[in-house]
Amino acid sequence: MAEEVVLLDFWASMFGMRTRIALEEKRVTYDYRAEDLWNKSSLLLEMNPVHKKIPVLIHNGKPVCESLIQIEYIDETWPDKNSLLPSDPYKRAHAKFWADFIDKKVNVTARRIWAAKGEEQEAAKEFIEILKTLESELGDKKYFGDETFGYVDIALIGFYSWFGVYEKFGNISIESECSKLIAWAKRCLDRESVAKTLPESEKVATFVSDCRKKLGLE
Amino acid sequence: MAERSESEEVKLLGMWASPFSRRIEIALTLKGVSYEFSEEDITNKSSLLLQLNPVYKMIPVLVHNGKPISESLVILEYIDETWRDNPILPQDPYEKAMARFWAKFVDEQIYVTAMKVVGKIGEERDAVVEATRDLLMFLEKELVGKDFFGGRSLGFVDIVATLVAFWLMRTEEIVGVKVVPVDKFPEIHRWVKNLLGNDVIKKCIPPEDEHLQYIRARMEKLNVKSA
Repeated sequence: MAEEVVLLDFWASMFGMRTRIALEEKRVTYDYRAEDLWNKSSLLLEMNPVHKKIPVLIHNGKPVCESLIQIEYIDETWPDKNSLLPSDPYKRAHAKFWADFIDKKVNVTARRIWAAKGEEQEAAKEFIEILKTLESELGDKKYFGDETFGYVDIALIGFYSWFGVYEKFGNISIESECSKLIAWAKRCLDRESVAKTLPESEKVATFVSDCRKKLGLE
Repeated sequence: MAERSESEEVKLLGMWASPFSRRIEIALTLKGVSYEFSEEDITNKSSLLLQLNPVYKMIPVLVHNGKPISESLVILEYIDETWRDNPILPQDPYEKAMARFWAKFVDEQIYVTAMKVVGKIGEERDAVVEATRDLLMFLEKELVGKDFFGGRSLGFVDIVATLVAFWLMRTEEIVGVKVVPVDKFPEIHRWVKNLLGNDVIKKCIPPEDEHLQYIRARMEKLNVKSA
């Protein structure tokens, strides 16, 4: 059966990274289409009229929007390889709770570190608290999914490529505050799907610098 | 279908006027699950709530055989996966993804925007009303040709969107703004009628008079003018 999988995405998006990692974990062949966020394609606007955002996963012409929803869709559609979510309902609920926590807390606070003038210090402090909460949830586990790399790991790992940016503008050291989390990130980077997907920190730093100029912050 | 076990313990920490709490009651009732309801005073949270939901300290929290689950959308999916009678989510992965999308849209977009209507006046309020209507238009279009968001019967999105039917639309009376006029949103109004034809919904939503009284009292506390 001819299967067509298209991903509308942007290389620096930690949300797009989630979907790319999930597709890689499942060995799904897909057509990656880079979007210019300042000049969105008509396809993007057609496929995600509600939010007009990337990533958008298009499977046989039908769009799935929102990165966490995409991961679940991918897990359910290609169930044979590398389960991304546990099968036990309570463990699933636990994973969904933490992925949702990441969505509610991490980006909103992290953005204030580099994209809002005068809020860097306060936002950086809050950001560290959020990371510490996550670190406490990780505990001594290899991954958030315990022995298996999965949903919560995928939800969070993309932000690691942005840590340099947060450290620079927030004047913090994530390594010294959350060493266990850094160790976890490095374990994730050992996985091919993650290593292939996460961009170089320097590249992200240059991109953020450009964004800040556009926003009149530099 | 037989209950899983006689000693199954299901407890819900909730609040009678909360749409997030009520949606859990709807789901449990639809599935025929017996549960113990524990009313929380959100101005004076119990130590049990703080212990079971240390991250957000909010209701609803479902406790199943001693294990807590928080966040209403997560709880709904847990209920659907644990008690398989009367499925709430579709089986097909694509349909499921769409249901999850719209549920998230109601909670993260409509709810957040609509909340801002309360406490605003004049042009600022008009702008928020417009923004809320733009968002509701997406739901309006979703309902065309369907009795419910779930199709012929109640589903995940219907349960979540009771927030619109019985909270947003009830608040209209009190703030004196028709956010969801029937001429602009005939499908939504038709859907609300369909909801009210369902016994579980009728049983599980807050009684109208008390609910309106409660909303009025809250607004007074927040110093908001009522109509």
